[in-house]
Amino acid sequence: MAIIEVKQLTKVFGHDAVRALPLLAQGWSKEKIAREAKLTVGVNRADFRIEEGEIFVIMGLSGSGKSTLVRLLNRLIEPTGGQVLFRDKDVVKMNPEQLRQFRRKNIGMVFQKFALFPHRTVLANAEYGLEVQGVEKKERTRLAMEALELVGLKGWEHHRPDQLSGGMQQRVGLARGLANNPDILLMDEAFSALDPLIRKDMQQELLELQSKMKKTIVFITHDLDEALRIGDRIALMKDGVIVQIGTPEEILIQPANKYVERFVEDVDLSKVLTAAHVMRQPEMIRPERGPRVALQLMRDSGVSSLYVADKEMKLQGVVTAEDAAQALKGNQSILEVMRREIPRVSPDTLLNDLFELMSGTHLPVAVVDEADKLKGIVIKGAVLSALAGNAVPEGDGIR
Amino acid sequence: MSIPKLPLGKAVEWLENWLTTYLGPLFDFIHAVIGGMVNGIEMALTILPALVLILIITALAYWIGKWRMALFALAGLLLIDNLGLWGPSMQSLALVLTASVLAVLIGVPLGVLCAQSTGVQNTVTPILDFMQTMPAFVYLLPAVSFFSLGVVPGVIASIIFAIPPTIRLTNLGIRQVSPELVEAADAFGSTAGQKLFKLQLPIALPTIMAGINQTIMLSLSMVVISSMIGAQGVGAYVYRAVSQAKTGAGFEAGIAIVIIAILLDRLTQKLVKPKKG
Repeated sequence: MAIIEVKQLTKVFGHDAVRALPLLAQGWSKEKIAREAKLTVGVNRADFRIEEGEIFVIMGLSGSGKSTLVRLLNRLIEPTGGQVLFRDKDVVKMNPEQLRQFRRKNIGMVFQKFALFPHRTVLANAEYGLEVQGVEKKERTRLAMEALELVGLKGWEHHRPDQLSGGMQQRVGLARGLANNPDILLMDEAFSALDPLIRKDMQQELLELQSKMKKTIVFITHDLDEALRIGDRIALMKDGVIVQIGTPEEILIQPANKYVERFVEDVDLSKVLTAAHVMRQPEMIRPERGPRVALQLMRDSGVSSLYVADKEMKLQGVVTAEDAAQALKGNQSILEVMRREIPRVSPDTLLNDLFELMSGTHLPVAVVDEADKLKGIVIKGAVLSALAGNAVPEGDGIR
Repeated sequence: MSIPKLPLGKAVEWLENWLTTYLGPLFDFIHAVIGGMVNGIEMALTILPALVLILIITALAYWIGKWRMALFALAGLLLIDNLGLWGPSMQSLALVLTASVLAVLIGVPLGVLCAQSTGVQNTVTPILDFMQTMPAFVYLLPAVSFFSLGVVPGVIASIIFAIPPTIRLTNLGIRQVSPELVEAADAFGSTAGQKLFKLQLPIALPTIMAGINQTIMLSLSMVVISSMIGAQGVGAYVYRAVSQAKTGAGFEAGIAIVIIAILLDRLTQKLVKPKKG
């Protein structure tokens, strides 16, 4: 079930903003409304669902309305129209007390410029959300310490935020957001103010944290690399409109329109696509079959080598046409002539890392899972064609 | 063409009469409270022998400002005592402290209100301008007619003259709290009161204290003017010296005021500076 469902969510800034709603419904553009009604459209009828436990990335350039959109979810900005359903309760219709409880219990937030309270220690910052709920001192210290430990700040709890580096400050921000154990964590450009290297570390850590905690995370960013790295699904925004929602692969491979296409054209596909995207169904043979069958199979499917796998699909080796012909002459079994030393990679291997491996071998690379089960093979041509932007993964190639 | 003079002065006097007639009991009450405060503080300041109090203040000065400050406090206060101005100085100090405490008690909440509502701010600001620029002598007169002669109208006039910096700087300090921090407090579900006491006031504190420091200094500057309507104290010595053209006596009393002013200023300023820990 979706934890958040957003329907026709709209924010218009300006005097008597509701009058823009019928105009938007008539299809007026942001520019036309700005010109003729003197109103600024922040978010234009956004529709999406966020599933429990996913990292949902909202991406767009500055001014695209993404920061406004995320603030509509917890009503730091009041929506002009539409609904935000949290487990089927409309956040937009909540009274101030219900809204306060919703913010205290269900939805945490991490800010771009950290927004730590300078007069409080690291611990007191992490405690803040619990403190306003009225959780008693001992309990909130315990929970805040747990959160600080989770983000790797144990031992720093009595420092002031300004004594910490940027990366550490944002860990405090993260701990503050997590301490009261909300269902949803909003992260507004949370890593944008950090140095590139620290930023990558934080992204990695967020993914690790997420695998432990299974929070629902709404992550705002203007950085496509970041979106691709951490997002389970990505919503791309332009001029207040959500242009496309999809998995990172869908956005890259099937951009919905010219805007998305331009957005993603500079992406280094070799750092995004994995072996799983470009692999194809291997031609296989069981080890107990004879060389004659192997040669026949190769002829039928027009290939020069076969992968040898047992009943459980466990990869044994590879046999080429020459090997099979030799076996036929010498009356040997496939097991005796097959090559066991073959390049293997996991489905998550980036194309970038595949290059080196492939340049050293004539054989296709085998893609195997942790149990050494054969999932597919990658041939050079598929990699090159994917990098040229023509990736058309076969149905069974996608995770 | 001649436009008849507007009866502005008459109107003010009518208002003054009306207030005295109908709000008499209220003014009596205020008179009792303020008079009681001044007397109480004066008694507390004079119950101990001068020397003992001087040592206590010196210790306080050492605790806040180390040796330089302690030395200044000791020498300055001993000089006041030596000049025979200890009693009147404590009377003036009682007036200043009463006016300052009341100004802070009224001013900080007003400043908070101004910070939370631009409407209130727009109403209060011109009134503050009026209070600060209207010559103090002018509101001494109605103060006397409401509270009769003595120290109470002096306190009232001091509050009116000295309260604006506290209101203004409280307002400013709270408005200067970064919107991102306020947003963060909101995002975690703070009530308005929690936001005020856990975030805005602590962060605005240095600015607010600067306003309070100004308020104390301004109310001290009122002691001479208050003496014209019968407030006792070192201000009265200055006033008498001026009217009798006694330069020496005037200088002595003036020095006493300067010493008190410097002590109050440094003590309240140092109190604000966050201790580095």
